[in-house]
Amino acid sequence: MAAHQVTIASTAAGTTSRASVLLQAFIAMGLGLFIVGMVGFSHIEVVHNAAHDTRHSNAFPCH
Amino acid sequence: MDILRRILATALAAGILAGLAITVFQHFSTAPLILNGEVYEEQAAASMPATHDHEGVAAWEPRNGFERTAYSFLANLLTGVGFALVLTSLYVLRGRPVTWREGLLWGLAGFVVVALAPGLGLPPELPGMPASALGPRQTWWVATALLTAIGLALVFLRRDLWAVVLGVALIVAPHLWGAPPPMDEPSTVPASLEHSFIVAVTISTFLFWVVLGALSGAFYRRFGGSAA
Repeated sequence: MAAHQVTIASTAAGTTSRASVLLQAFIAMGLGLFIVGMVGFSHIEVVHNAAHDTRHSNAFPCH
Repeated sequence: MDILRRILATALAAGILAGLAITVFQHFSTAPLILNGEVYEEQAAASMPATHDHEGVAAWEPRNGFERTAYSFLANLLTGVGFALVLTSLYVLRGRPVTWREGLLWGLAGFVVVALAPGLGLPPELPGMPASALGPRQTWWVATALLTAIGLALVFLRRDLWAVVLGVALIVAPHLWGAPPPMDEPSTVPASLEHSFIVAVTISTFLFWVVLGALSGAFYRRFGGSAA
């Protein structure tokens, strides 16, 4: 009985931890894509002008 | 939040170093070609009637020289950190040990996803080259990068035959669909300059991804500590 409860507890902890890892990875990926999107794809003209040469050098669609 | 801290530390270190390295490389490769292309662009603009897109109040732009290079450096740093965040998140999602060598392979995949595949349909462009509307090109670019990423993951990370077939199909699909075609206008930029630029951009993005991949792999391992 005690062993059974320990198994359930550790499984629950493992699931939470896995969900937390996934969440943190997706937060980081979303942040990364947002940064690249702003620098490379934003239509705001000042952003375009500042990042102009980087967009051309990375072959992002520009102009 | 240990994982997030590890991803952020890895991405900052790898992104800043790769952004610095690529700014130095671009300063001697792509940047002079862009300035050269702008000479032709301005000549063509000057010969056009006054009803031009850029009429009215001109938006701020960095002055040529140090200021322009500084903003390119900043944009490269951000691009490096942004892409490194994506790479490092993928290391976490994959859940396998990563060294600089695995990082290098992930970097090569990144080169294929955001440089090679979109560049087949939309080759690197110099200022002054005729181009179709921006929106559809950006949409095709993003769709192609996304499909290529999913396709590569299916081909390399799954062992099943169906995954390989589907992966190859996803990689080919956007090219069968076709990128928005360029406008049938004569370019103001000489063909030799365009050619040099395409080579310079391809080498520059290749080096960027090699450096970013290897560094992110190395830093990810280094910042792992007991959590690794």
